[in-house]
Formats: sequence, C-alpha cells, structure tokens
Amino acid sequence: MLKILKYSFFDLIRSRWSYVYLIFYFLLSVVLLFLNPSLSKAILTLMNVIILLVPLIGTIFGVMYYYNSKEFTELLLALPIKRSSIFLGQFFGVAISLSLSLILGLGIPFIIYGIFNSTAILEFSLLILLGTFLSFIFSGISYYIALSNENRIKGFGFAILVWLFMAVIYDGIFLIALNMFSDYPLDKFALIASLSNPIDLSRVMMLLKLDISALLGYTGALFKNFFGSNMGSIIAFCILVIWTVFPILALKIKSAKKDF
Amino acid sequence: MYKKTQLIILIGFLIPFFSMATTIEVCQNCEINRIAKAIELAKEGDTILVKKGTYQETGLTIDKPLTLKTEEGAIIDGQNQGEIILITSDGVTIDGFEIINVGSSHLEDYSAVRIRRSEQFLIQNLIVRNPFFAIYLEKSKNGIVRNNKIYGNAKSEFNSGNGIQLWYSHENLIENNEVLQMRDGIYFEFSNHNTINNNISQNNVRYGLHFMFSHNDLIKGNSYINNGAGIAIMFSKHMKMHHNTFQDNWGSAAYGVLLKEAVDAEITHNTFQRNTTAINVEGSTRINYKHNDFISNGWAINSRGANYKNIFTKNNFLNNSFDLAYKGGMNNNSFNGNYWSDYNGYDLNRDGIGDVPYRPVKLFSHLVHKSPEAIILLRSMFIDIVDFSEKVSPVFTPDKLIDESPSMKMITHD
Repeated sequence: MLKILKYSFFDLIRSRWSYVYLIFYFLLSVVLLFLNPSLSKAILTLMNVIILLVPLIGTIFGVMYYYNSKEFTELLLALPIKRSSIFLGQFFGVAISLSLSLILGLGIPFIIYGIFNSTAILEFSLLILLGTFLSFIFSGISYYIALSNENRIKGFGFAILVWLFMAVIYDGIFLIALNMFSDYPLDKFALIASLSNPIDLSRVMMLLKLDISALLGYTGALFKNFFGSNMGSIIAFCILVIWTVFPILALKIKSAKKDF
Repeated sequence: MYKKTQLIILIGFLIPFFSMATTIEVCQNCEINRIAKAIELAKEGDTILVKKGTYQETGLTIDKPLTLKTEEGAIIDGQNQGEIILITSDGVTIDGFEIINVGSSHLEDYSAVRIRRSEQFLIQNLIVRNPFFAIYLEKSKNGIVRNNKIYGNAKSEFNSGNGIQLWYSHENLIENNEVLQMRDGIYFEFSNHNTINNNISQNNVRYGLHFMFSHNDLIKGNSYINNGAGIAIMFSKHMKMHHNTFQDNWGSAAYGVLLKEAVDAEITHNTFQRNTTAINVEGSTRINYKHNDFISNGWAINSRGANYKNIFTKNNFLNNSFDLAYKGGMNNNSFNGNYWSDYNGYDLNRDGIGDVPYRPVKLFSHLVHKSPEAIILLRSMFIDIVDFSEKVSPVFTPDKLIDESPSMKMITHD
C-alpha cells in the first residue's frame, strides 16, 4: 500500500493541477495579508473561501484522479497486490497531496508574515486543521462515488451534487426547518444539525474562535458553551474523524466487492 | 477713596468669619479619636482633618456646612452595619477617604455617602469598596461628585445596589468617576439638567448608566465597557449624548445604548465597538444620530418598532454583522447620507455620493429575528445567496428602507 501511495502521491505532485492549486492558495493568502490590516480579518476571509473551495476541489480531484488512472488501476489489479491497498493507497495519495498544497499554500505566506509571533496562531492552526479534514472527507466521499459509478458523467455529476448538498442545500433545509418549527425550542436541534454536516461544523468552530461570537446572543451562548468546553471540542473533532473514517471504510468494502 | 473704605468695611466683616473657621484634627492617639465626635464639636464652616488609620464609624450625620477630609487616605469601616455618612446640610465637602463595608439590606438602600435635600456639596477622591449603594443623592442640587472610585462585587441584579444614584436631584456635575461591578453604574431617576462627564463604567451587572424619567441631561466623554447595557435611557426627554465610547457589551440582552420611550435626544460623535447590539431603540421619537462610528458590532442598530422621525445621518457603519434590524413601518425614519462598509455601488459623477441606494436591512437579519437559532448559519454560502437575491429584488425587507445618498468614503467627523 505504501508503494502505491508513494507512486500516486508523486504522480500527483508532479501534475500541473497541484501546482495551480498551490499557487492559488499562495496568492490568495498573500493578497489577503496585504489588503487586510488585521490578521484575524484575513483569517476570517480565508475561512469563507476554504469552507467553500476545499470541499469542492477535494471532490473534483477525487473523481478526476480515479477516472484518469482507471487503466493503470486495472493493470495493478492483474498483479498479486491486495485490492484494498491499491485503492486506499491511491486515495491517500490524492488526499495527502491536496492537503499538502493547502498547508504549504497558506502556511508559507503566513509564516513569512510572522504568524508565530502573533496571537492569531491558534485560529490559523485551527483553520489549517479544518481545511485538512475537509480535504480528506470530500476526496474520500468523491473517490467512493467514482468507484461506485462506472459512468464518468454520472459519477462526476453525483459527486458535485453531494458537494452542493453539503455546502448549500443542507443549510437551506436547515433554515426552512428552523422557520417551520419556530414555535418549539430549537437550540438542541440547531446544535445537532450543525454538528452533523462537516462544512457547517467547520464554519461554526471557526466563527466561535473569531470574535464575531459576540453577536451570537442567547442561542450563541449555548453554542459557545458547547464548543468552548473541552467536551464540546472533543465531540466536534470526533465527528470530523468519523466523517473522515467513514468514506475510507466504505471505500475498502466497496473495493473488495467490486467486479472489474 | 470711596472704594478703599468699602474694602476696609468688607475685610472688617470677613475677619470674624476667618477666625471662626478652625481645623479639628482627628487621629487614633489624639484627644479626638472618633470622627463622630469631631462632627459634634465642629462649628459651621470648620474643617475636620482626619489622620491616617482605620475608623470604625456608622451613621455619621453631617448637619452643618463642614469640610471632612483626609490627606493620608484614612479608612472608614462601616462594619456592614448600615449607612455610613448622611449629609443633611448645604455646603458640605467630603474628600479623600476610603470607605468600606456598607451594610446591605432588603428594606433600605444603605449607602456609603447619602446627600439628602442639600445643595453645593462636593464629594471627591473617595474610594468605596464593596458598597451596597455608594453615593446617593436624594433631592439635592448643584453639587459635584468627582474623582471617586467605586468597586463593587455585584453578581446578580436583585441583591445589589447602584454606584452613584440620583433621585429627584438636579443640576449636579458627575465627573471623572470610575464605577466597577455594581448593579447600575450610575442611576438617574426624576433627575434633570445634570452633566455626566468623563466617567468610566465597567463590568456592571445591569447598566453602565441608567436614566428613568430624567430630562435635559448631558452625557459626554464617558466609557462603558462590558456592562449589561452601556446606557439605558427610558421615558426621558431632551437628552444629549456625545463623545462617549461603548465597548464589549456582550450577551443576549447586552446593548451599547438602550432607548425606550426616549424623545428628542441627540446622539452624536459616539463610538460603538464590538457590542452584541450597539443601539437598541424602541418607541422613541425625534432622535438624531449623527457622526457616530459603529465598528464590528453584531447589530449596529436594532429598531424594534414604534419609532418615529429618527434621523440617522453621517454615521460610519464598519464591518458590523448586521447594520440594521428593522421592525414596523417607515414612520418618517431616515437613513440617508451614511457610510456603509458593505456598500458596493458606484459613483459615476464623482460627487462622493453613491449613485445606487443602499439597503441596510439584510434578509438574513429578518430570518434571525423570526428564529434566533438561525444565527448559526451566519456566513454560510446559502445565506450569502439568499441575501444577494433579496438585494436584487427585495420581497421581505421594506423596500423604502434605503439610504438614498450613501457616502463613498468614510465620513470624517469634525
């Protein structure tokens, strides 16, 4: 598995798209740091971008890589290698190279700017951590979708739909539910609903670390108490880990059963 | 010649007064070792000078014009037995003491210093620790309360008192005081024409400054940090508020300024920073908001309805999560000529005024109003899309609620 991981990883690292991705994050953070007088403002803007783009790019990369390397995969399958190590190796290759682009692309400008000497180091590390989680989660989901669909168009469409659901539609349904049942106490429901979507969860965790938590008012106090406590942070991270592990397990099972 | 005689006569009249005013010293090893005794012995116009030490005194009543002062920080300890100093005469000065341990009661408002039906008093340089009420002005006029520091330890509203309280007291000057962790920092009830200048109210459980049925007061240069609400003005007319700072008033019911049934107020040149709600206004008429800065608040203005003829102009709204939440009809309220950091219109004729009107109410603020839990969706993509579509074609937000002449540049206040 490590060999395949290494091969996929270096294959991706040499590809043009990884560089484009890296340079995009690099430029984005440089521009934000130059335009924004305050570091936490820059991190806030960066958060908005990351919450949206990291899952999208993870989704597209996962699907694309599977379909592009399909012939090579079939060749590997003919060799005496365990199936799970082929697919897991490829998946980790994608996920790690994506995360690396993100970490380097954001990290270098911020280190040059002097993040280690500032008070925003905690927020920034949380941002990087959440970005890495989201990369893993969404490339895992999309890799699984690609594996389950032979038809490229169908697989691609389905993966994008999942992203769209998580990023946009979920919040829409959430909001409608809040409005429809506004006569009932909804704080627990809101808490659970925001915990169960990785994008929402990352956003809320980030918002509560930045100073806009001020405006969250009464219901915000509940969220703040939850996420601010050690227990809450542990639960939130556990959920992110579950979201990461779940597609990988599904991937493993699917790859063992699939007929090529 | 005539003037000279006049002067001689005047001096002649004054000599007896000067000779009458003596200084009585109080110290722990002196003949007079209690302040109460000194007050008893003193004649009108005398000065009582208290030397260093801790004096256990309660119920000191000053019923003649005296100056009670210490230059070495004498401590008056009330041993939690009730009121410490009561002033019932005009022209009393109290200067420099540290007053500790005022008793608390559920029946009476015990205070460190109470001024009752008096004029021309001067209360200064006191340090009051752990009081129930600290300085209480009752039907008193033309006095000065300045440079006092009041440190309370209030935790809840129902069993704590106020820092400085005025009740039916007019034309007083409240200046350079610091009030920390009381119920209300400074409280005015039925008190008119007072000036409140350069005070700091911090960490108070309820309000930094609270007005009930008080009119024509001037509030300037004060700081309100981390209180339940900075200033609450209720049922009051003709208030003037300028150059105050409201900062970090956070919480579910925390406001920079709370206006309820206020009429004809002027709110100018104030700075509101990082409050949950900067101004919460309800049932208020003819209030002018000019040259204020609203920076990084949750809600800059929350207009809860029944407001008439409020004018917001030449204010800066910078990076607030919501610039305005609005309920009710337009009622001649106007929002023209402000600078909004969220404005993204253009200015073709380069006159500094945006050519496209700005809509300060976002749909999301409307939604949050209906179900407060929705705040958790703040800054999500769905909300951005919803806000954008509402901006393009307003359906839910009042379509006349616009700034017709938004400024393109940040407004510099003169």
